[in-house]
Amino acid sequence: MKLIEVKNCYKVYNNGVTAIADLNLSIEKGEFVFVIGASGSGKSTLIKLLYREEKPTNGSVYIGGINVAKLRNSKVYKLRRKIGNVFQDFKLLPKLTVYENVAFALESIGLHNNEIRPKVIKALDSVGLKEKMRSFPNQLSGGEQQRVCIARAIVNDPKLLICDEPTGNLDPDISKEIVLILDKINKEAGTTIIMATHDKEIVNRMKKRVIHLENGVLVSDDKKGSYKQHESN
Amino acid sequence: MKAIRIITRGIRDALKSVIRNFSLSTAAITCSSITLILVAVAMTISYNINNITKDLEKELSIVVYMKDTTTEEQINEFKNKLETMKSENVEDYTFKSKEEWKLEMKNYSDTFSTALDYLDTNPLLNSFTVIVKDANHLKDTTEEIKKIDYVESADYGEGMAENLVKAFDVIGKITILLVVALVLITAFLIGNTIKLTIFSRRNEIEIMRLVGASNISIRLPFLFEGLFLGILGSIIPVLVTIYGYVLLYDHFNGYLFTHIIRLTEPFNFILYVALLLLVLGAVIGMLGSYRAVRKYLKI
Repeated sequence: MKLIEVKNCYKVYNNGVTAIADLNLSIEKGEFVFVIGASGSGKSTLIKLLYREEKPTNGSVYIGGINVAKLRNSKVYKLRRKIGNVFQDFKLLPKLTVYENVAFALESIGLHNNEIRPKVIKALDSVGLKEKMRSFPNQLSGGEQQRVCIARAIVNDPKLLICDEPTGNLDPDISKEIVLILDKINKEAGTTIIMATHDKEIVNRMKKRVIHLENGVLVSDDKKGSYKQHESN
Repeated sequence: MKAIRIITRGIRDALKSVIRNFSLSTAAITCSSITLILVAVAMTISYNINNITKDLEKELSIVVYMKDTTTEEQINEFKNKLETMKSENVEDYTFKSKEEWKLEMKNYSDTFSTALDYLDTNPLLNSFTVIVKDANHLKDTTEEIKKIDYVESADYGEGMAENLVKAFDVIGKITILLVVALVLITAFLIGNTIKLTIFSRRNEIEIMRLVGASNISIRLPFLFEGLFLGILGSIIPVLVTIYGYVLLYDHFNGYLFTHIIRLTEPFNFILYVALLLLVLGAVIGMLGSYRAVRKYLKI
């Protein structure tokens, strides 16, 4: 069953730069997909189109059967509640504890405290940070901060987890650890994961579907691809 | 239930934020306090000048003396004429017959009484005191009355009082402009200071948007924060206005420099000014944050 379908999609920014050109792709429910490409290849734009931070200039982007390109700005929040986001720079609130950072996502959508607590503890447990829930972000390592970001992204049981270079700021060992957590979430909860990355080693090791973009154009889409293959292309 | 939860969380987060961002909150409160004090001073002056002008205008009247030969019919005709002039510039009028004048003068002093008793006829004239609506047209109205045949004379105090009214009228208009300008400046300053506090928290807004918070639940804490900052910022101006004006009023015994310039009584006037300051602070605070958050929300 298709969760994402991008049809004849173009994105041209106001400054005239074409970030995405005639992109067509579909992603099934429960898939784990890497989006690779050099800087400026359109990875981040594709990610932004999926969570409707950007609107395509032309074409359509369907998420769960809804064309998000046509979604009104005031209704975008409904889409976002079904999507988890993980960022390279974590985007944690420094003045809130780990627990509060994760709970913030649920508080923001108006859940009752009684519902929030078990969900937050479960999410922190799944990323192995239950013991550090009273710590503040600046007391954690980079890897731990990214795990908090993942916990916040999955706390509302999203159908889709979008990760924009989540290992970009981390060393190789920690990066592996993060990708394994994502893989576990994909397998256990059946969450569809789309991860934009530069990390060749991770892409090669995971043997997942790889979508390769170059100058906004889809150059290859391999079911069990690797970075090496594309470099040889 | 969910709406109540969002509102209570909005209030809680706003209070937390005011305390947590102490230095920026202090800046916003100080800024609004200073400008609201200026607004209060300008409002008080404006209201007082308005009242003083009205008082002075009441003093301005045309005294009309009828010719000695005026008949009863002509007096009635003149009364009718004044009645029709009520649609123009005549507010009211009083008639005093020459007999009433005589009686008044006799009561006033024995000398007058004796002198008047000597005379066989009454040398005094029937008179009208005409109160006008607009002091600026006092001269025109007087001229119109003077044209009537049986009118001996029509005079108004073409002196200090009239000039004072004109001067106060101009000052009154200037202070109203000043109040409006100050309110706009206050709105701009408070709005900008609140913008600063929100700018420092744009990450928070971004995360809220990304996790699927609706625009209203993102905006609410900031609106409450603006409201609290506005109210906190108006507390000092409210106290300064109430105590300051009462002290001033008592110090001058209700009159400024001369008995012509009567100050407006503090109560309930000053309470209205205080209430207006509170509402002004709250509304400007809320509007300031409304505009600032809007910038970070894609609406």
